[in-house]
Amino acid sequence: MKRTTALSAALLVYRRDLLLAQRHWGQVAQPLVFFVMVATLFPLALSPELSELRRISSGVLWVAALLASLLGLELLFRSDHADGTLEQMLLSGQPLSMLALAKGFSHWTACGLPLVLLSPFVATGIGVPFDALGTVMISLALGTGILSAIGAIGSALTLGLRRGSLLLGLLVLPLAMPALIFGARAIDLSIHGDNARGPLLLLAAMLVLAVTLAPPAIAAALRISTE
Amino acid sequence: MLSGVSFEASAGECVHVLGPNGSGKTTLLRIIAGLLPPEAGQVDFNGRDTRADRDGWCAAFSYLAHSDGLKPELTAFENLAFEVGLRRGVGAGEIEGALGDLGIAQARDQVVATLSAGQRRRIAFARVMLAGAPLWILDEPYTNLDRDGSVFVSAIIGRHLDAGGAALIAAHRPPAIPGHRPRNFELAA
Repeated sequence: MKRTTALSAALLVYRRDLLLAQRHWGQVAQPLVFFVMVATLFPLALSPELSELRRISSGVLWVAALLASLLGLELLFRSDHADGTLEQMLLSGQPLSMLALAKGFSHWTACGLPLVLLSPFVATGIGVPFDALGTVMISLALGTGILSAIGAIGSALTLGLRRGSLLLGLLVLPLAMPALIFGARAIDLSIHGDNARGPLLLLAAMLVLAVTLAPPAIAAALRISTE
Repeated sequence: MLSGVSFEASAGECVHVLGPNGSGKTTLLRIIAGLLPPEAGQVDFNGRDTRADRDGWCAAFSYLAHSDGLKPELTAFENLAFEVGLRRGVGAGEIEGALGDLGIAQARDQVVATLSAGQRRRIAFARVMLAGAPLWILDEPYTNLDRDGSVFVSAIIGRHLDAGGAALIAAHRPPAIPGHRPRNFELAA
């Protein structure tokens, strides 16, 4: 009998979660619709003046993306916890941090990646010039990755609580602030024709840090929450 | 909740944990499975504390919990391919064989949400069976099963014991396993 290696176990988790996302895509689409709605509300409420929109568009994009990611996070472990499949994963004898990493990555593929792909259209709608769209996508790609990693820790910690969503926001949002600052700054620089390399590199460093440190933290949080 | 509990199980042996509701049967099984930490005491496997090598211990048993641990959005086959696949390489033929042994071959491609509670219990049991672990920890394996289902499950537990496996069963009524007499371990209320 051949034991499954940790890598193929992680791949199984990744594929299963994408299949599940595909089976109830309505839930997956919710944060995306939220992202588009919030970002398009601003020009309506403030002013359609291009120069004014450009002053705030970087912030609007990032705050909308941050809140949209938060919406999707709650689902990350909750259904697995409710139907007992999480317990079976815990008992599978596979390193839990690898499985957690796979779950986080599939969450990013289902929630973060579509948001990144959608962002150039939304950004154009709120006055971001064409030249800055690349920076928008890169900064949001790095940023949603960081949010998935940090958010997964919060989601695992609030798993056992009946009304965890508010607490989840309180836990995750402060930790996401550095990413918000540098991400919005990168887009802002790019909109004004400056080089956005500095903040983007810092964001990339944060992503590396988050992806390396989050899996063991998620694993520990899951063990605490299921006790 | 539990105190002064001590017992052993060896290969080929079936231990039936019994006791009234609330006596701690599920708690005991969850402690053994490592899902709950005991306040005092330890669980040994092959003479070694199971907490020293948690992943190794997890690979040595399969656990049937109160909840079936199946994804309602996936089919019976997809559920088994995933959950057994996490532990070992498993082929489609093997999964179909196990579903056939439990009399639910026709449920292979049905989404679990549409199946009855008894059929789900059988799929969950198929997972235990396919995991290929030497120890089976079964919490109320007969819940929701009809007479045929109970007979299938008992026969499969019997074959597992014949092959040198061990089983730890918490159930209200004594399991009728062909060719084996379960040893009773009673918990006081």
